[in-house]
Amino acid sequence: MIINHPILGPRDAQEFVYLGDAALIDRPDGLTAGNEAFHDYVYLRDNPAGVHRELWYHEQGDRSWLVVTRNTVTHEITGVELARDVARSRGRSK
Amino acid sequence: MRYSALRILKEALTGHKGWTPAWRDPEPQKAYDYIIVGGGGHGLATAYYLAKEFRQARIAVLEKGYLGGGNVGRNTTIIRSNYLLAGNEPFYEFSLKLWEGLEQDFNYNAMVSQRGIINLLHTDAARDAATRRGNAMMLHGADAELLNRDQVYAMYPWLNFDNARFPIKGALMQRRGGTVRHDAVAWGYARGADMRGVDLIQNCEVTGMRIENGRILGVETSRGFIGAKKVGVAVAGSSSKVMAYAGMRLPIESHVLQAFVSEGLKPLIDGVMTFGAGHFYVSQSDKGGLVFGGDIDGYNSYAQRGNLPVIEDVIEGGMALMPAIGRARLLRTWGGIMDMSMDGSPIIDKTPVDGLYFNGGWCYGGFKATPASGWCFAHLLAKDEPHKTATAYRFDRFLRGAMIDEKGQGASPNLH
Repeated sequence: MIINHPILGPRDAQEFVYLGDAALIDRPDGLTAGNEAFHDYVYLRDNPAGVHRELWYHEQGDRSWLVVTRNTVTHEITGVELARDVARSRGRSK
Repeated sequence: MRYSALRILKEALTGHKGWTPAWRDPEPQKAYDYIIVGGGGHGLATAYYLAKEFRQARIAVLEKGYLGGGNVGRNTTIIRSNYLLAGNEPFYEFSLKLWEGLEQDFNYNAMVSQRGIINLLHTDAARDAATRRGNAMMLHGADAELLNRDQVYAMYPWLNFDNARFPIKGALMQRRGGTVRHDAVAWGYARGADMRGVDLIQNCEVTGMRIENGRILGVETSRGFIGAKKVGVAVAGSSSKVMAYAGMRLPIESHVLQAFVSEGLKPLIDGVMTFGAGHFYVSQSDKGGLVFGGDIDGYNSYAQRGNLPVIEDVIEGGMALMPAIGRARLLRTWGGIMDMSMDGSPIIDKTPVDGLYFNGGWCYGGFKATPASGWCFAHLLAKDEPHKTATAYRFDRFLRGAMIDEKGQGASPNLH
């Protein structure tokens, strides 16, 4: 698989480390969320067959976190964004 | 029809006219007492033990494709019970004991071959860990043996013992481990279940669940609605997809695991060998092909095929361990979809929906578990309480902090 890095251009997926569902960006607030909310965040996944937004870390490159939109049935990648931009647009890291 | 040597002799003398299909191909009835979703190894084993050991009832197995067309025909056929943790070892040892009596039990030749499995060791620390694991196995009634370098050398003198990074210093051996002909496991259970009245319904995909007031009434399928008092889902690989029909999210990611077979070679490897440090394991089939594998690809996938980098990684592991295979050609590679759970261990449990039960999260270790998985799931379906060897395989173990994490990797399914 080739990941089209927004800054560095097309890079082999082997340069990256995979973390999982990009929903992991939406971590509950540790001070207010209860056990159940944190359990759901840490352990439960949608795990769709089809379009999946997921976090990849460019460990063998510029060490940026990316949000890759990929089809889990065909492995086709249709979108790559910097995770930083996605997180900020979702109101994180204010 | 019961299979026996006498039967073969009789058929041989009478032109083989008496053989009948191994199971029926029935139309689905309107309703059943039990529906098992998934006609793979675990689903068929569940139906078999439910009908044989627990209950006379109307039972159906629904399979979206053909029987045994999924992971039970895609694995590398290894059986063993060399686990460490108390939540796991009694279950896998129960499974190995069932394997030992399986062919007599379901009257089918599954070619169960207890040719032994060794896990190679390279350091003092690894030997300590293997000693501890072997002791844990023996405490639960399994067999384990620590081999030194010379004992491994006597078995496989052509291994690369003096690899600079991972010199071979010994191995943990389980002599009762081995291999089984995986397709025959599905066929044997299917035939045994069919003989006891279970309807095996193929080309029947579950497309929804009918749930009212928190209770399951049946499943929607590509062949219409089928009612049921109890529904057991055993579709590892597609668990998230099917359980989403009941509104559930699971502690599972689906990942692709590849497997490989070389061209047929002369006898080289008696048993099963794992080279954990090199992410490689291998056995040799009765046809002579080296059957081997390594790590999962590491990203969510439902594709039933992997990518080249992992193939390269696995072959490198193989070459590091046994340089002699360098000129053997690879015959085939394929992929299967795994339920990778959050702690690397399975789930056999009730769900919040009355009458709906779940069996999945087998990661890449489901094949060896097939008999015990079927037995324990049938036990749960029939008695509404877990079998004594499967009490730890609960959904709520993550909330309770009672993970069964053999590898100690935490909630990172692609690392288990």
